[in-house]
Amino acid sequence: MADLVSHPDEVRVVSKRFGKGATNIDRYIELDGYKAVRKALTMEPDAIINEVKNSGLRGRGGAGFSTGLKWSFVPKQASKPKYILCNGDESEPGTCKDRLIFEHDPHAVIEGVMIAALAVGATKGYIYIRGEYRYLSEIMQKAIADVYAKGFAGKNIFGSGKDLDIYWHGGAGAYEVGEESALMESLEGKRGIPRIRPPFPAVVGLWGGPTVINNAETLASVPHILLGGAEWYANLGPPKNGGTRLFCLAGDLEKPGVYELPMGYNLKKMIYEVGGGIPNGRKLKAVVPGGSSTPILLPEEIDVAMDFDSVAKTGSMLGSGGVVVLDDTVCMVKFALRTIKFYQHESCGWCIPCREGTDWLKKTLIRFHNGAGLKKDIDNMYYLSENMLGRTFCPLGDAAAMPMMAFVKKFRKEFEDHLDGKPCPYEKASEEINRELAVL
Amino acid sequence: MADAPKLVNLTVDGKKLTAPAGSLLIDACKNVGIEVPSFCYYPNLSLQGACRMCLVRVEKMPKLQTACTTVVAEGMVVATDNEEIKQARKAMVELLLGNHPLDCPVCDAGGECELQDMTFSYGAAESKYMEPKNHKDEQQWSPVVFFDRPRCILCYRCVRVCGEGMDVWALGVQNRGVSSIIAPNKEDHLECEECGMCIDICPVGALTSGAYRYKTRPWEMNHVGTTCAHCADGCKTTLGVRRADEGMEIVRGDNRDKSGINNDFLCMKGRYAFDFANHEDRLTQPLIRKNGKLTPSTWEEAFELVGKKLNEVRMRDGGSAIGVIGSTHTTNEENYLLQKFARAVLESNNIDHHRTADFPALAAVLSGKQEITASMRDVYNAPAILLIGNDPTEQHPLLAWQIRNNVRLHGAKLHIINSEPIKLRRQATSFTQIPVGAELNAASFLAGDDSALNAITASASRENWAALRNQLRNTENLVIIFGSEIRGAAVTAVTHLASSISGAKVIALADYANSRGASDMGLYPDLLPGYHPAAKSGLTLPQMAENAKSGKLKALYVVGSNPLARFHLDSQIFAGTFVVVQDMFLTETATIADVVLPAANLYEKTGTITNTCGDVQIVKKASEVNGPKSDFEMIVRIADAMGYDVRNLVPFGRGETADMGQSRGAQSGEADRHAVWLQANNLEPKLSPFDPMAIFDEIQRLVPGYRVSRLNLLSGNDEHTQLSQSGPGAKHDPALIVPAHDNLFSSGTLGRYSRALNSVMENRNPQPAEVAAD
Ligand SMILES: Cc1cc2nc3c(=O)[nH]c(=O)nc-3n(C[C@H](O)[C@H](O)[C@H](O)COP(=O)(O)O)c2cc1C
Ligand code: SF4
Ligand code: SF4
Ligand code: SF4
Ligand code: SF4
Ligand code: FES
Repeated sequence: MADLVSHPDEVRVVSKRFGKGATNIDRYIELDGYKAVRKALTMEPDAIINEVKNSGLRGRGGAGFSTGLKWSFVPKQASKPKYILCNGDESEPGTCKDRLIFEHDPHAVIEGVMIAALAVGATKGYIYIRGEYRYLSEIMQKAIADVYAKGFAGKNIFGSGKDLDIYWHGGAGAYEVGEESALMESLEGKRGIPRIRPPFPAVVGLWGGPTVINNAETLASVPHILLGGAEWYANLGPPKNGGTRLFCLAGDLEKPGVYELPMGYNLKKMIYEVGGGIPNGRKLKAVVPGGSSTPILLPEEIDVAMDFDSVAKTGSMLGSGGVVVLDDTVCMVKFALRTIKFYQHESCGWCIPCREGTDWLKKTLIRFHNGAGLKKDIDNMYYLSENMLGRTFCPLGDAAAMPMMAFVKKFRKEFEDHLDGKPCPYEKASEEINRELAVL
Repeated sequence: MADAPKLVNLTVDGKKLTAPAGSLLIDACKNVGIEVPSFCYYPNLSLQGACRMCLVRVEKMPKLQTACTTVVAEGMVVATDNEEIKQARKAMVELLLGNHPLDCPVCDAGGECELQDMTFSYGAAESKYMEPKNHKDEQQWSPVVFFDRPRCILCYRCVRVCGEGMDVWALGVQNRGVSSIIAPNKEDHLECEECGMCIDICPVGALTSGAYRYKTRPWEMNHVGTTCAHCADGCKTTLGVRRADEGMEIVRGDNRDKSGINNDFLCMKGRYAFDFANHEDRLTQPLIRKNGKLTPSTWEEAFELVGKKLNEVRMRDGGSAIGVIGSTHTTNEENYLLQKFARAVLESNNIDHHRTADFPALAAVLSGKQEITASMRDVYNAPAILLIGNDPTEQHPLLAWQIRNNVRLHGAKLHIINSEPIKLRRQATSFTQIPVGAELNAASFLAGDDSALNAITASASRENWAALRNQLRNTENLVIIFGSEIRGAAVTAVTHLASSISGAKVIALADYANSRGASDMGLYPDLLPGYHPAAKSGLTLPQMAENAKSGKLKALYVVGSNPLARFHLDSQIFAGTFVVVQDMFLTETATIADVVLPAANLYEKTGTITNTCGDVQIVKKASEVNGPKSDFEMIVRIADAMGYDVRNLVPFGRGETADMGQSRGAQSGEADRHAVWLQANNLEPKLSPFDPMAIFDEIQRLVPGYRVSRLNLLSGNDEHTQLSQSGPGAKHDPALIVPAHDNLFSSGTLGRYSRALNSVMENRNPQPAEVAAD
């Protein structure tokens, strides 16, 4: 269980009920729960979609696609059943927000799924929870049972005459199944490997039926939008970036934790004020703004509004909200290795550039960090990443290539400092670390 | 059939082209000669987008796109050949080579490897990596299939061809990331149909075959296009042949050029069971029984003896005291010649063969009517198929492939009526199980006789039967395929059903490579070639056996057949019969012979054979064992030894001569077009009495159904013969049909001499399976 943190700049929307016992369905109802879905039941589907569209809500899973627009892609008439699939596979290093939602406010996710279902005409909703989040699955199971017991799910929900089933499904421990098409494969009981697109899931998804796939935080935001109104939500953030977001502040910070801040909140302020700055009088070296796949930012680049469009202008991405702060004791080669090791391990192996590319990056980085790097390796690693970028079957390859290119571009000197058998200049206890890394 | 597809216009590398709407960009490019490299894309298998070799630039798209998954669209502008794309391809090859063992000098695929070709075309001269390559030891998965993981590029073609194409699903992917590995269905080995399709389709040397691995290199073989010698489906195959001590040895069979009725399909038998040809038990010398023992002799002595004996019997007891049993594994020309020899030289109508389908009954219904026999190609394209009896997966692997893939790729509807829940029911729209032996009832009901059902079904399922009949009657262009369960009256019933449906066609299933040819060429006591009645009927095979027993059959001439084993005949009954056997091996029948003449097999001679559908194709001499002669030559030599003027037997020395200049030498595997043309136009004189083309001339003249394009035929294409142009056929005793009951891994007597088949059998069930003979 994670400790809750707080800061006066927070605007609590999704985290409104955190720490308030809302896993209990009655408590949830007391705290305005299941009001939004009742409202949705009185609305035309298109009106729900428009409300979400106008709220400026963009996907919290990482890509930042307009949620309302995504819903509008689902065909009105379909020969196969339609589905809602909540993506709770949260595995991107640095990102740990969905777990708080599942832990403190599971009904918000369920209610979000219900509203999405009403909006697109789905009769089944699946909540997919990361395999390692076993304890959260238990909470979710209980929540779903309570919803059925109250008659909110199943046949004739809320006495509306409409049917809607809600299920949960546990992952088996692969980051890749967070990717939406691999997620569907996994849910269908197959190997977690992405699908060819088009067709997109909104048209051909689970078992061939139109499927809306949204991140857990995205869906948990929806009830609030329906109750508070699109305009209120949109105005919480800058244009086209409605609402708030759970930022996961991690790394070398005085007060790490998950904070809900308005979209567009300044990153520098986030680090130094919300996160309490760098401990032990150390200096900031770099920041990963949105999960390990987003290119790293230098201290001079962090005076930026944390919304999708502004961060994109820096050449990085807002991503999934995982802000990782590194102080000046961190070896960037080791950090690169740690990052690539993750992607190498999580590559599903389907396509050549990601399967082979991440492996060579890892092998080269291990040797490099051990002091046996060659000057040409630095260019090779960049060349390799460049040739993976945009050419892999799914974005996981990009997720490895993008940060790697940034590491080389922004920290070339640090790579050069490792050449010629020099011990890692940033790690005193390099012996020990080398031993650890050698067996990676 | 559907309307012609709509065309869309697109621009590729500045070239304007049109392609059918819905087609893939990679195919559209290929059709106009723009090569887009690919590993994982394979026509007719599901799309993968895995190898990323086919990346192209499509205007307005932010990233490079895979041409193998991109559907053409009107106005699409595509670049396939700029610096960006070249670099992308180069990088992909570099990445693959990074972990590739580069053991090309010992790899089976060397010289035919798509990775080698790609490296050559798209360059990746230097390796950028210095860490050790990931290694795994080679594994043997079955007698047929070996797997070498380091060479595997994970294109998943093997997985798909086994699953989607074969419906076996024996291969899968295990683990993730760089540890991903192709894995067999039973922990560490395969239990499957051993078709070798996975090996054939592998673009590199990761999957290799037990038959071929480490034996030779592609450029050290001759490649001969011919037809499979096993079942009656007639797969076209290219045999890789190389010199061996005892002649020319076949080391490989495939149909990689995808020509012919079978595209790239071959089953276990076609792909690997050519090894009987070089079995150590091959007879290479004539044997004559001396002092009760078969003793090697010279050809002259043997022919002289056979000629003398046969003459003696004919003169003393008349031709009716001589019996002839022909083969389902010899060419049309040989079969034709054999019956001509029997009738003209031996003056006997006692000629028969191992019958496995009732073609005379089919001829009887079709003669003079509209042609309604279907070709093997029709099976792949028909909108609907009705299959009665038989288990094609085991007995007609190509037919089963055609059916499965027609269902999968064209959505054909398959209706099955069978006494067993055969595997093809997995593709079926409807499957109706009937009691054993109730095929006639089923056929009669479908043909309109309502009472026929009484014996076989409870009234409850009558509605289903009626619905099925209704549905079939309303299915245009239905192809009806039936096994040997359908004989005699049942054939009439089925053809009756067919003729009541617009465009419907039929196929009767026989069991061996030239079963149909044996039948068409008149290996019957009462039927001449083309199903014309003989003036006087001779003895059937069982009658010959009876006459032998009663001492009336004085001589028996058996060509490429093993009636003793097949019909479980008592060897004692031939004690008083002079028996001559032409065969490759000392079969049960050969062991009781007075003279055994070593015969060449279908891979060692040239001629034509006809598959069960009536598709005639050529066989070409590929391999050779020193010693044996072709059946054709032996028949002529015996006639000669009997003092018969062989000019009356083989019309050789005819044909016009035309000096068309020297024919150019053919490239390996490719037909010598000039020679083919000369031959096809009858401009090549048949100089020798052993030239089968001389007999083929006669067949084409006298069997109207065989008046097909010679040019096509001789160029290696299949030509569908017309059964409706045959004579009136005949009604035969249905008991004369004796199904072979071979399965995927058996092939009559022939199969017993295939090490490949035996090893699979042993692997499968330790106790030797009971294999029938022929
Ligand atoms: C490799 C990879 C992993 C991903 N993992 C997650 C994840 O754990 N959770 C998530 O919500 N989205 C993840 N995504 C994004 C999803 O594909 C998808 O865009 C998202 O679930 C859509 O929901 P949203 O529009 O609400 O963001 C991942 C994408 C990729 C390429
Ligand atoms: S980029 Fe390719 S190998 Fe990597 S996870 Fe995606 S599909 Fe799998
Ligand atoms: S030999 Fe045929 S059946 Fe066996 S694994 Fe290969 S493709 Fe599948
Ligand atoms: S074994 Fe061959 S066909 Fe199968 S995935 Fe590997 S390279 Fe492709
Ligand atoms: S299906 Fe029949 S003809 Fe084709 S390869 Fe197999 S045995 Fe030979
Ligand atoms: S051929 Fe297109 S990705 Fe492999």
